Amino acid sequence: MSRDIINRIESFAASSGQSESTLARKIFNDGKTLTRLRNGGQLTPRTQEKAMAALDTLEREAAGPLGQSLTHLDRLEAESIHIMREVVAQCENPVMLYSVGKDSSVMLELAIKAFYPSPPPFPLLHVDTRWKFKEMYEFRNRRAKEAGMELITHINPDAIAQDVGPFSHGSAVHTDITKTQGLKQALDAGKFDAAFGGARRDEEKSRAKERIFSFRNEHHRWDAKNQRPELWDIYNARVQKGESMRVFPISNWTELDIWQYIYRENIQIPGLYLSAERPVVERDGGLIMVDDERMPLNPGETPMMKSVRFRTLGCYPLTGAVESEATTLQDVIQEILLATGSERQGRVIDSDAGQSMEKKKEEGYF
Amino acid sequence: MAHHDPLIAQDIKAYLDAQEKKSFLRVFTCGSVDDGKSTLIGRLLYDSKLIYEDQMASIERDSKASGTQGEKPDLALLVDGLAAEREQGITIDVAYRFFSTDKRKFIIADTPGHVQYTRNMATGASTADVAILLIDARYGVMEQTRRHAFIASLLGIPQVVVAVNKMDLVDFDQGKFNEIDEAFREFAKKLNFKDIMTIPVSALDGDNVTTKSDAAPWYRGPSLLEFLEVVEVDRQSLEAPFRLPVQWVNRPNLDFRGFSGTIASGTISKGDEIMAMPSGKRSKVKDIVLYKESLDHARQDQAVTITLEDEIDISRGDMICTPDLPNEVADQFQAHLIWMDDTRLFPGRQYIIRTANTAVAGSVTALKHRIDVADFTEAAAKTLELNEIGVVTLSLTKPIPFDAYLNNRTTGAFVVVDRMTNRTVGAGTIDFALRRSKNIVRQDFTVDYQARAEQKGQKPATLWFTGLSGSGKSTIANHVDQLLFERGRHTYTLDGDNIRHGLNRDLGFAKEDRVENIRRIGEVSRLMNNAGLITMCSFISPYRAERQMVRSKAGEGAFIEIFVDTPLDVAEKRDVKGLYKRARAGEIKNFTGIDSEYQPPQNPEIHIDTVKTSAEAAAQQIVDYLEAKGFLTIDV
Repeated sequence: MSRDIINRIESFAASSGQSESTLARKIFNDGKTLTRLRNGGQLTPRTQEKAMAALDTLEREAAGPLGQSLTHLDRLEAESIHIMREVVAQCENPVMLYSVGKDSSVMLELAIKAFYPSPPPFPLLHVDTRWKFKEMYEFRNRRAKEAGMELITHINPDAIAQDVGPFSHGSAVHTDITKTQGLKQALDAGKFDAAFGGARRDEEKSRAKERIFSFRNEHHRWDAKNQRPELWDIYNARVQKGESMRVFPISNWTELDIWQYIYRENIQIPGLYLSAERPVVERDGGLIMVDDERMPLNPGETPMMKSVRFRTLGCYPLTGAVESEATTLQDVIQEILLATGSERQGRVIDSDAGQSMEKKKEEGYF
Repeated sequence: MAHHDPLIAQDIKAYLDAQEKKSFLRVFTCGSVDDGKSTLIGRLLYDSKLIYEDQMASIERDSKASGTQGEKPDLALLVDGLAAEREQGITIDVAYRFFSTDKRKFIIADTPGHVQYTRNMATGASTADVAILLIDARYGVMEQTRRHAFIASLLGIPQVVVAVNKMDLVDFDQGKFNEIDEAFREFAKKLNFKDIMTIPVSALDGDNVTTKSDAAPWYRGPSLLEFLEVVEVDRQSLEAPFRLPVQWVNRPNLDFRGFSGTIASGTISKGDEIMAMPSGKRSKVKDIVLYKESLDHARQDQAVTITLEDEIDISRGDMICTPDLPNEVADQFQAHLIWMDDTRLFPGRQYIIRTANTAVAGSVTALKHRIDVADFTEAAAKTLELNEIGVVTLSLTKPIPFDAYLNNRTTGAFVVVDRMTNRTVGAGTIDFALRRSKNIVRQDFTVDYQARAEQKGQKPATLWFTGLSGSGKSTIANHVDQLLFERGRHTYTLDGDNIRHGLNRDLGFAKEDRVENIRRIGEVSRLMNNAGLITMCSFISPYRAERQMVRSKAGEGAFIEIFVDTPLDVAEKRDVKGLYKRARAGEIKNFTGIDSEYQPPQNPEIHIDTVKTSAEAAAQQIVDYLEAKGFLTIDV
């Protein structure tokens, strides 16, 4: 390792015309360190890391504009920003669907970046089911305020009138009424001609097929077999009155990219993603958190305290927890990378027929 | 197991840092139906251990239901995501898949092979750095292979990897492989690929996909994945001229005015002098903003916001470049166009031409030729049907800043959007400008008849409808007007209603008044022709001499006499306005056909027998005539 550093300093000295001792001073804060290394001296891992970073910076600065490199995340970030700006430039009345999860958190952060120093010029829309985790509601309200954005929340009035819930009506009816129907009501009410969604192509097979700008007719239907061609980064957002675009700015991000970006940018996410002692019961092989008193307990069933975290966030009765000791972001990412099941495994919505998601999307689901 | 790197368990931070530094490649697969594209991607994902257990379990379940591989899992099912695709066992639309190796991250677009879904193939290809073109070892180069290779080349993909697949079915025969390799290289000579790599593979069994296979010892090159990991693509053309297509003007308050966009090529630094196109105004870069950071430099592919030292007027659609190498500005181009809609291209119709950062109205004024993808020959054509490719003249209503596609894949590309359906109906690449519109130094230039006609993309003419009262002149003229309007032509109709009540209200129906009536109409029509319009004049105009007078004024070739031929008894029987009845009763004097003569044309350009022909068919006949005679396009 020391050899690497010595080589790099020597070649940089030659190309930049700076003396080796000057460089050593800049890199190690000590002009003699280089000589010491040549004589077999060692660096602590920490010093070595700092030296490498300093050398990186020096090399980049010396290279000027041509030395600018872009990482995978930088590219994804730029693509998402481009998409969001295009929507604002082309559409009259866009809105951003905000579902409080990690993907929404990244999407919101990208929106703040895209328009900085202006606040994002569209409102956030949360289609509420009334069954989200308590913590998600608190997090949602705080983040909207910090971003300086209007927050629209919508609950399907039919769901309130008939007191629809996953326990009383089953997950399929609950999801259809509160999410699919609720979403359509909210989009119609706001007369939005474009709605951002945080779906990713790596999530599910039919999502992998969807365009970034996805046309929906006046009934919010997706016609999977007849999508508009979408070439280069030229996006066609033209619609007639009543029709709309669903726009997916993080289409090309993978789950790992999302976590890496959260880690790199230090993005706020709900604490539910980190492990903590939480009251759970075991149902059909999954762990369900008892988040409030609406959760009916079966005879003899008592909530147990377990160290759990959530890989995705949704309605608490429909979201399985995983047992975990990962209490920091790094630990969580480590666990996810070592996991053997996909993140949607914990969601009840996908496990029916193979084309379940495609069908739901055709009916207007995100 | 999802990710195999032992570093994940040992040192997650080191792993994440290493991930950050990986390079990035966008790839797409193409080729004919059943060449095994989806299977190949499934194999890449499977062999790089990027399939989760639950996904694999569902593939195994589906393979039993609808798979094509018997007991083996059908890896194509990993990619074919739509219900219709799984049922029919074909790929309809492009699917995007993501995988990574120790060296690189990949986005791989699996594009359909069927000819009717070529537009979806082009969608997947447009953003790629490398094309993987599959060829079935048993069948060799097919028409669809050529079509896809041509589109990949047209879209500027520098590198193509030819994966000769299903080698297991030809016993890994080296002769067969060499034959295909040579055949491909022979026809690819006519294309623009910078490099071609040919690899013998079996996607089904994994030979030469991720690792070298023992089945083909004669092949000494890398496996497909080994090649993709190291292939160099000149995406990072940082030394190219600086181009920032302005996407959005960021103006939160009076103190900040930034120009947001994604840098299409080159680099920029604080303090650099810039030039805004098309205005040509200059300033200096004050700051490069990326969220809370202020950057000293920015490069291609970064989405930034730039502020300037001076308040100059720049808006969406403009391009910021550097004064030493500014881009061109023009409103007429030669371009390659791929047609992507079931409704064919109408040359002359106005479409929306959308570029990286703006949309302007424009039309195809001339279709130079269609390209036959079977042998890349040029064929004369009047239109482009779905999936056809042609070379066209594109005329915009407003000049735009651009580069030739060959030099810049972002600033040289456009899509065509239909104004009525809003569908994306075509995609094109700019070859070069036909008439530079240099706003900065405007050339002296008279706006004459020729210029106006060119601007409208048509040859002006007077369509003179003559015939008895009630013969159907106005009805046919209206249909013609509609047809031409739909095609984006510029027209106007003169008839009794808009002339007799205004300009000619002082004239009666005596012979001398009728002559003067026609003279004035002829003059008006000529003025309108000079203004570039195609006019339709619908008047009884009974006397040959007056029609001849108008013809000579309009100029030979610009006067088209259309005889709307309806026998008197038929017209009288129809008597739509009840005029014949009143004339017979003596209430109207000098009524043509009753007590005034009608002199039928002797050699009309178009003769319409309204007894046999409907008004719609007659109108179509007239439009076809105009098209055949070249009135609806201009020669460039």
